[in-house]
Amino acid sequence: MTSAKEAAPIIQLTDVSKWYGTRDKPVHALAATNLNIAAGELVVLLGPSGCGKTTLLRMIGGLLDPTGGRIEVSGKDLWRNGERQGAAVADLGMVFQDAHLFPWFTIEENIALPLKLRGVSRTERRERAQELMDLVKITGFEKRWPKELSGGMRQRAAIARALSYDPSILLMDEPFGALDAMTRDSMNVELQRIWQKTGKTIIVVTHSISEAVFLADRIVLLSPRPGRIDSIYNVDFPRPRGLDVQSSPEFQALVKTLRHRLSEVE
Amino acid sequence: MTDDVVTPTTERSDKTKYLPWLTTPALALIFLAAWHYYTKISGISAFILPSPWAVWDVWKGMLASPRAWDHTLVTVYSTLLGFFFGAVVGIGLGLVIGRIRWLEATLNPFIIATQVIPKVALIPLFVVWFGFGMTSKVLVAAILSFFPILTNTVLGVKSVETGHRDVMISLNASRLQTFFQLDFRNALPYIITGMEVGIVLAIIGTIVGEYLGGSAGLGYVLVSEMNSYQTDGLFAVIIHMTILGFVFYFATGLLRRFLIPWHQSADM
Repeated sequence: MTSAKEAAPIIQLTDVSKWYGTRDKPVHALAATNLNIAAGELVVLLGPSGCGKTTLLRMIGGLLDPTGGRIEVSGKDLWRNGERQGAAVADLGMVFQDAHLFPWFTIEENIALPLKLRGVSRTERRERAQELMDLVKITGFEKRWPKELSGGMRQRAAIARALSYDPSILLMDEPFGALDAMTRDSMNVELQRIWQKTGKTIIVVTHSISEAVFLADRIVLLSPRPGRIDSIYNVDFPRPRGLDVQSSPEFQALVKTLRHRLSEVE
Repeated sequence: MTDDVVTPTTERSDKTKYLPWLTTPALALIFLAAWHYYTKISGISAFILPSPWAVWDVWKGMLASPRAWDHTLVTVYSTLLGFFFGAVVGIGLGLVIGRIRWLEATLNPFIIATQVIPKVALIPLFVVWFGFGMTSKVLVAAILSFFPILTNTVLGVKSVETGHRDVMISLNASRLQTFFQLDFRNALPYIITGMEVGIVLAIIGTIVGEYLGGSAGLGYVLVSEMNSYQTDGLFAVIIHMTILGFVFYFATGLLRRFLIPWHQSADM
């Protein structure tokens, strides 16, 4: 789970770039970017708005096609001739800023939706949903509608849904950005626990410096106009990290360094 | 984490839920009393405005006569059949054109045309084509009910959240899966709203059809009461139709409980 720079990367980005818009007024969202992410790593993409961090994550998640370059997931090409490759997508789970649970499904049905799409039987789906609800600690809410849960619990359910088909990679786009500060802190602790328990590779996009430092093995700092990788920081605090680590001088020092760098690139 | 569960069942909605059970009979009673005393005090001719008791007597007689029930059944049957066709076409077409923009742009002028044509003016034409039988009425009911169902279905499909679409894309769902798990389910509350409007319009269509070119049905009864100057009978038929309308409307609304229990509107 440490920075496995030697091991074969599970995600490999080669000269990935993105232009938005028409021919008249194209916007360079992301300059040619190279990045390797090792299996089991927890990487945080940090940067101000407009730095292309979400663009980058959505390209890795298969929601956006890159204008140039190559994205490989578990050694498989994610895009080929502008077509998303299902084999690579199957290895990715996505969590968005809003839980985006379907209001017409119960929590259990929401979590098991990806399995339903894969033709898994009802009993098996229910069993798997139960396991996942235990993992994200929302057992007892299987028959509730999403609207009956708080934001934090909905986000737990969204994480469970993304994990349901056991992808090796979890992509999270500001997953706790819509939550209040206290819930957010506890969700970060939870995320670390889930990550350690499942051994997934996780990429989190955030604009919160302390969240980045708390979670990451590696922080990739991006800068805007055009979006590109500015610098990369290894974070070596021992795991599991408690919220107390935030008050340690080392933590503070890294937060300070990042804050300086961010204000310079913004 | 159990402490941060939101319990959305508000007491306010519980109270307002049962309020109509009290207010509706009370207001109806006040209305009937006003009607009764007006006919008594003003000395208005029973031919212009019969008293509620006179209307009640005629209506009671109607309910007892099998002939009136035959007419009711004719109207119910034409309404439901017309509504069924209107709903099938409205939902089907709505689901398709809600997703395919060029098709919507192509068909829109024609869909609007079916609505701006005074449909009542079509009835004589239908009678010429299909005779005085049921077909003309069913057709009018279908044309009238189809439009609100169509527009609501289109709205429902179009109002799918981008975030929900992203979820389906990230799950590598097929078009058909996305349609059944997302588009259709998202559109259902809208479809039911369209159906609530549609069923009422279907009744109107049927009755007007019977009115203008019928030999059976409540619309036909209405015309014969009018032709024989039976104002109390006229009132009785109107009340009969109104109750029929209520039954249809609530039956459609009941679909909410069964089809979309997750939606706020199902709690009402």
